Amino acid sequence: MAPPTARCPRLPPPRRTRQPGRGGAGPWAPREAAAGGRAARRGRAGERGAGRRGGARRTMATATAATPGRARRGAPMYSKELTSKKRDEFEDILEERRLSSDLRYAMKCYTPVIYKGLSPCKPNAIKSAVLRSEQVQYVIKQLAKEMGESPDIIQEEATEILDEMGHRMQLGAVRFFAFTLSKIFKQLFQRVCVNEEGMQRLQHAIQEHPVVLLPSHRSYVDFLMLSYLLYTYDLALPVIAAGIDFLGMKIVGELLRRAGAFFMRRSFGGNRLYWAVFAEYVKTMLRSGYAPIEFFLEGTRSRTAKTLTPKFGLLSIVMEPFFKREVFDTYLVPISISYERILEESLYAYELLGVPKPKESTSGLLKARRILSDNFGTIHIYVGQPVSLRTLASGRINRCPYNLVPRHLPQKPSEDIQEFVSDVAYKMELLQIENMVLSPWVLVAAVLLQNLPAMEFELLIEKTLWLKGLTQTFGGFIEWPDNLCAKKAVLSGLTLHSNIARLVDGHVVLNDKGAEDGAVGEIVFRHALAVLMCATYRNQLLNVFVRPALVAVALQMAPSFRKEEVYSCFNFLRDVFSDEFIFFPGISLKDFEEGCFLLTKCDAIQTSQQEIYPTDKGSGTVSFLSAMFRPFVEGYQLIFRYLSKEMKEAFTEKQFIPGVRNFVFQHLEKGSTQCYEALSSDMQKNALSALVQLGAVKKKKMPNGFTYNVNQEAVSKILDMFDARIPVQKPVAARL
Amino acid sequence: MFLLKRPRKAQLYKIIMEFNYAFSYSRSSCATSLKHNSTELPPASREEAPQQELLKWNGWGYNDSKFIFNKKGQAEFTGKRYRLGGMVLPTFKEWIEKTFGASLEHKTTSRASLNVNDVPPSIVNEEFLQDLRATKISYSQDAEDRVFRAHGHCLHEIFVLREGMFKRIPDIVVWPVCHEDVVKIVELACKHNLCIIPFGGGTSVSSALECPEDEKRTIVSLDTSQMNRILWIDEKNLTACVEAGIVGQDLEKQLAESGFCTGHEPDSMEFSSLGGWVATRASGMKKNIYGNIEDLVVHIKMVTPRGIVEKNCQVPRMSTGPDIHHFIMGSEGTLGVVTEVTIKIRPVPEYQKYGSVVFPNFERGVACLREVAKQRCAPASIRLVDNAQFQFGHALKPQVASIFTSFLDGLKKFYITKFKGFDPNILCVATLLFEGDREKVLQHEKQVYDIATKFGGLAAGEDNGQRGYMLTFVIAYLRDLGLDYYVIGESFETSVPWDRVLDLCRNVKERIVRECKEKGVQFAPLSTCRVTQTYDAGACVYFYFAFNYRGISDPIHVYEQIERAAREEILANGGSLSHHHGVGKLRKRWMKDSISDVGLGMLRSVKEYVDPITSLETKIFYKALHK
Repeated sequence: MAPPTARCPRLPPPRRTRQPGRGGAGPWAPREAAAGGRAARRGRAGERGAGRRGGARRTMATATAATPGRARRGAPMYSKELTSKKRDEFEDILEERRLSSDLRYAMKCYTPVIYKGLSPCKPNAIKSAVLRSEQVQYVIKQLAKEMGESPDIIQEEATEILDEMGHRMQLGAVRFFAFTLSKIFKQLFQRVCVNEEGMQRLQHAIQEHPVVLLPSHRSYVDFLMLSYLLYTYDLALPVIAAGIDFLGMKIVGELLRRAGAFFMRRSFGGNRLYWAVFAEYVKTMLRSGYAPIEFFLEGTRSRTAKTLTPKFGLLSIVMEPFFKREVFDTYLVPISISYERILEESLYAYELLGVPKPKESTSGLLKARRILSDNFGTIHIYVGQPVSLRTLASGRINRCPYNLVPRHLPQKPSEDIQEFVSDVAYKMELLQIENMVLSPWVLVAAVLLQNLPAMEFELLIEKTLWLKGLTQTFGGFIEWPDNLCAKKAVLSGLTLHSNIARLVDGHVVLNDKGAEDGAVGEIVFRHALAVLMCATYRNQLLNVFVRPALVAVALQMAPSFRKEEVYSCFNFLRDVFSDEFIFFPGISLKDFEEGCFLLTKCDAIQTSQQEIYPTDKGSGTVSFLSAMFRPFVEGYQLIFRYLSKEMKEAFTEKQFIPGVRNFVFQHLEKGSTQCYEALSSDMQKNALSALVQLGAVKKKKMPNGFTYNVNQEAVSKILDMFDARIPVQKPVAARL
Repeated sequence: MFLLKRPRKAQLYKIIMEFNYAFSYSRSSCATSLKHNSTELPPASREEAPQQELLKWNGWGYNDSKFIFNKKGQAEFTGKRYRLGGMVLPTFKEWIEKTFGASLEHKTTSRASLNVNDVPPSIVNEEFLQDLRATKISYSQDAEDRVFRAHGHCLHEIFVLREGMFKRIPDIVVWPVCHEDVVKIVELACKHNLCIIPFGGGTSVSSALECPEDEKRTIVSLDTSQMNRILWIDEKNLTACVEAGIVGQDLEKQLAESGFCTGHEPDSMEFSSLGGWVATRASGMKKNIYGNIEDLVVHIKMVTPRGIVEKNCQVPRMSTGPDIHHFIMGSEGTLGVVTEVTIKIRPVPEYQKYGSVVFPNFERGVACLREVAKQRCAPASIRLVDNAQFQFGHALKPQVASIFTSFLDGLKKFYITKFKGFDPNILCVATLLFEGDREKVLQHEKQVYDIATKFGGLAAGEDNGQRGYMLTFVIAYLRDLGLDYYVIGESFETSVPWDRVLDLCRNVKERIVRECKEKGVQFAPLSTCRVTQTYDAGACVYFYFAFNYRGISDPIHVYEQIERAAREEILANGGSLSHHHGVGKLRKRWMKDSISDVGLGMLRSVKEYVDPITSLETKIFYKALHK
């Protein structure tokens, strides 16, 4: 094996924070001393090439894996820091790669930091442990009894499931990816930036407890990004939950498997054997601390760059070993990966407009290689503070629901636990959002979308700068490249995104190629494509803005400035948009207060005892914010109108999407609406599911999927609420 | 044949006892020490139980037995009562320094004696005193007597003794000498509206003896120590009827004179009483042969404010509704005063043998114990200590007399660590005690060692086993030493199903370490456990926990927070609130969750019937804290 590359980035020796008064002679647990020794050794290895990273290192003293506020029933565990918090600095890991040999990097001596109690084992050993486990054996016996089949046959089936599912992590494949990804990343991206302090915290966390990595999911690039990162920093490589569709790709699927991916079927609710095997497979790896477990809370790539509402299945699986106290604690690590330019941006836009997503295939991947000549800017990866599950659960889960049943029996989680899992999921997504880097272009896109078809360049710059300030007030995490002046920043954004917008005669316009000539339909389609692509970037702001912005929208909706009425409208909007944006469950009032607080902070509103009203100075802000969310307000109304007017009979989602798309399309063609975003299937689905949650649409499970039934009256009532024709009826919180 | 060399049973038992605890406490030497306000002394015919004069007033056990650091700075155990007495422990100092970061230079000192002026005054109404005098039952209002009975042996209680004073203590101590005396006292208490707290050996570790600060009535400490006779022995049925105040070691000693034993040996048996065992559902070290107290008891007589509760026959089992014994056992003095107990006895075993097995790690050790339990072949005692406790035990190894022994020790160590590849920082040890007739013991021994071998265990000699058991008897003395050097500690126990033993041990130990760190304890604590009893369905786990509190302003508060966290961890891991220590006031907050609202209500309604005006102190668990 080649000697370690001197220049590859390594974590500097961890600084242990000593509590004041704790003398140097007070050794804590010996394990820690050992870990320290190891880290110190590793630190020395990285010393030679470390000079230029001195700056980052100086700020690393605070790298301990403490956890944020604890949770209690009643008091929600989510409370956002309202003062702008200090965030870590970034280091570009590609810089190193551009200077030294990728081959040597791929062949470097890799001796990762691993979980303290881990005795390393082969992937196959895990599989056989899973097969032998009481959990799986129990289900096998149950099924054998019920179906009257021999347990051997079912055991065979379980083996097949495992073989389909299991990863076969191999250092060879990892090195292959280390090499090829280096090449590809260097080609595609200008920089891949990581907060090294986050990596440092992760290093501690991995040694201490089992770790679950929870990255955001915007692109296929996310997939191996963390593995690449962890390899670079000499940390244990994660095993990654991947959709089974990847197995459809020849060679690539197997390569991913060898890089640590394991594959789960998209739906297996009814298949008890599959569920048992899958859950046990994940838990076995977690319990033994075999490797960090990585999966995407959002379940799939967000086509809109807006965080999707979380899926709970896999999260509840990884939390279970803690609930059953099979592990002392588990760290959940929110990771935010943001792209200056998303690789799949145009694919997504097509998909949202109903052009089907190409099936994952190797040939497709090879065809996509032309994008290699394109520039996709910078990736920012922010590894958040590891969150201790134990801390989250303390005071929350008091009774011990698992004490009275043997732990290997499959048991449906209690309502308490389900609620807790959901809270944790939302908390993690909110943490992802909080640390998601926003590029200047995101601001440009948000401004531009409000000023179509064309906007004066100078005005755009001015507005962008203004929005920058507002975003920072709201806690957004903006990375402004190297003190670039606003003009240059906007220009560089325009250059990078020339496929979306361009500069024509001092004006910035959307780049809707082919929209000038052709049929009306073609024009609408082209324009919609450009709008949706542009919206993808604006969308990155939405979850940061949603609380104050919905207050702003509510202010315009409410018949008066009375607090109760504004809050009622806010509450209504929050309910309607509960699938569209990420809200921590059940804290509407707190969200409202946060929104008001932020608006007050930027002088947009004033509040008195009973009233909330916009200030003269802040009318611009309020109208900007409501305009920012207007596509959603209008889009939802349009979709609701379709449902209340057109859908008399039961329908399926497959019927609904094309129907509503046509409906919106016609309106766009007629010019009776400008809401191109209502064409987005994402918005359409969210709107439908909002109605289901509001009880205006009934969702029924049928043998061939779900069918929906519209309660016309209820939907038109909701529509009236939008227009504030009837007051939004909501019990008003007493504390208001 | 070996048979020729076999000593007689009684003789052998004596040897065993000396071997085991080596108490050479002599009755004749202890003159009566009870201080009485009344002129009457207890009946002269009575032999006194261990007197408080012999015992430390502010710590555990006998005055003459304690750990000290001698002039050379080496640890030494004083007195002649224990086998360890007079021996030098060369490695102990280093262990203490290494484990706790303690230093001999930093010493705290307890007050030398009780300051009588600090003691809350005794408030007893004169009418009651007159009635009491009429009964001729001896009593005392002396401060020392009252303070002695105001506490058990929880850490916070000892700490208060050393550095402060209890806010509330009994107002008067009474010494009934028989069942009838107790009846009279309880009647008087009802008549005069007093509050009784029964007192046996005073070894409680659940704050059960703590006097509620807000108790306005006169508190009577009912000391059962003078009810210490064996009333009769029934050799045909192998039972003995004994007064409840008898102390464990006296009971065994007196039974041994007739060639019998009960075999009930809780770690506190030198000081704890039969009535106390019944009241707390005690468990003995050798329960695998003799059973726990609930298996041993045949009949109980208890005096309650409502009257006397007992059965009409002394039978091995009966189906007559819920067993009233089970209301009494574990009632912790809240329902009445146990006065007489008929208990099973066994012939003194002919042969006793210690043993020990080294396992490469704790997991294998637990697996072995589980297998032993499964095959139901557990010896009289089998315990598995974790690595930290193994090292702890090792530190208590006395100075080796000859070069040959030290050479042998070195060889053993070499064999286990180098040849067998056991990591001395991971390995753990099971200690064994076999009892019975010689052939069977040897046969049994083989069976157990065979199982151990399957789990990677290596026989490690009798000596290690014996030292393991010795540790249990001196550990309480060690706490007093620790207190002198800023180290506070405590033990606590639980029972847990087999499949959760490992998780529970690991998590609780880790929780303790973490809580210490969070609470600002400056050195990693000693956090160690042993699996101390095996059952068909689970095990009893015993934890020791101690830390150096230098730099902490309120160590007891910190200690209590950590202990509470540890208990919560136990419960979350599927362990019980207590295996044999009881609930007392210390753990009552969890009582409701432990036995459900209805369960607690059932107990409460019994209490209400038996003791409607709460003549017996009840702050124990009927008023479990509601969350």
